[in-house]
Amino acid sequence: MSASQIIFYIIAAVIIGGGILAVTSRKIFRAAIYLLFSLLGIASLYFYLNYEFIAAVQIVVYVGGIVVLIIFSVFLTHASGDEMQKPVLWRALFSGLAAVFATALTLLYITEHTFIPTANAAVAPSVKNIGLQMLSTTQYGYILPFEVVSMLLLAALVGCIVIAIKIKTKE
Amino acid sequence: MKTLLSYSFSSLATHIHNWLKNAITNDMLLTVTEMVIVGVCLLVFLILLAFFLGYMERKVAAFMELRLGPNRVGPKGTLQIIADTVKLLFKEGFTPDAADKFLFNLAPGIIITTALLAVAPIAYAKGFQIWDINIGVLYISSVSSMAVIGILMAGWSSGNKYSLIGAMRSGAQIVSYELSIGLSLISIVVLTGSLSLNDIVESQANGWWIFKGHIPVAIAFVIFVVASTAEINRAPFDLVEADQELTGGFNTEYAGMKFAMFLMAEYINLFVVSAVAATIFLGGWMPFHIGGMTGFNHIMDYIPSSIWFFGKTLFIIFIIMQFRWTFPRLRIDQLLNLEWKYLLPISMVNVLLVTLMAIMGWHF
Repeated sequence: MSASQIIFYIIAAVIIGGGILAVTSRKIFRAAIYLLFSLLGIASLYFYLNYEFIAAVQIVVYVGGIVVLIIFSVFLTHASGDEMQKPVLWRALFSGLAAVFATALTLLYITEHTFIPTANAAVAPSVKNIGLQMLSTTQYGYILPFEVVSMLLLAALVGCIVIAIKIKTKE
Repeated sequence: MKTLLSYSFSSLATHIHNWLKNAITNDMLLTVTEMVIVGVCLLVFLILLAFFLGYMERKVAAFMELRLGPNRVGPKGTLQIIADTVKLLFKEGFTPDAADKFLFNLAPGIIITTALLAVAPIAYAKGFQIWDINIGVLYISSVSSMAVIGILMAGWSSGNKYSLIGAMRSGAQIVSYELSIGLSLISIVVLTGSLSLNDIVESQANGWWIFKGHIPVAIAFVIFVVASTAEINRAPFDLVEADQELTGGFNTEYAGMKFAMFLMAEYINLFVVSAVAATIFLGGWMPFHIGGMTGFNHIMDYIPSSIWFFGKTLFIIFIIMQFRWTFPRLRIDQLLNLEWKYLLPISMVNVLLVTLMAIMGWHF
């Protein structure tokens, strides 16, 4: 086994192990930390593949943003340090079955699918190329999804403000 | 004479690399050996740096308050930090009863790891860099955004209300000040057209950005220094620790070497922030050049690039240290107002100005 493969399996073990522990841990704060390790593992997988920009974005968005928000909301819950009660058996059973079937389905698709190699030369995943493609208005540009997603984010922001706003009542 | 004076560490690194290449034929072993050497050198450098910054901070504080500072241990008190370290080594590293043991012991490790990760892409001298990654600026800002998780972990797992309040404050503080830091970095990325620290330094060969970029870049520089002081939890933004109200905040329950790791991470973060400010705005290892004056530029070239880099970095560290003894600590609402009502709108308008400048080619 080459060094590259060893590194890959270590990263994969961290991702899967973190994911399993995040689901099975009965302390909610620890679950958030295990999720952090899983997401960091994915970022290191991107680094391993030399997709540095995607890796950095993964860290900024998921680790620096989403996990921090999750931890923050854990802080605001009652008794965040106590062990949660054991899940009901049939619920755990069916969740396990759902996970197994989803994995099986994904594996089936990956093994059945024939990947067609393209004749075009590979494009370097540099920041410049990603940016140009993202805002390109040509046939394969991503400007429309980009703008639609920004509308979605705007709607979410407006929603947050509406929920958080305090209307002063006149006495 | 020229070669001796403009000596850079890069030739030393090349020599060692060639020597090792002859000694070790196995490619994988060579890579691993070199990684270990680089790692050990970096750790030794950072420990010495933390010693130096600790001493410097005390002396700066003392002189600003008309005191002498440490002056008993060693000549001019230079060995005081060594004595303090030995004291911390002998202290008991206890874990409180109410703590979540696993996370409590993991937190100092997370904090120091994130601090060390951010050191990797910094260019110390001409051609002397650990990792020339082509998204250097984005990498540093993304890795340093992880530091907050270590603080949240430390504060929560201590099982102490003061620590928890400190951690909550740090969450609000670091997440909001990251925005201004990102926007002020973007203004230079817009002018350079690259995220690589090397490209940014190269683009300042005919003048540093703070001079070339007129007032908008100067505003970005000020915002960067203020926001990064908040990001690394230094006074006047040290609400996370706030000795008087929170008895130490998130690190209340830590003692001995675990506490020393927090301290060391703080100094490494201070160095990283100042090094980034020096690289982005003040030209990194690039000597002070004025376009057109070849004689003057030639004299400046005689000063080694590493001295330029460390001189600029220490200058910014000195400024940030002076903040600590100049301004009183902000309240949490003042802190959030400063970011969301002043720094963020200013830096947003500033990015637009810089973009206009870059498009019209108004900078030198």
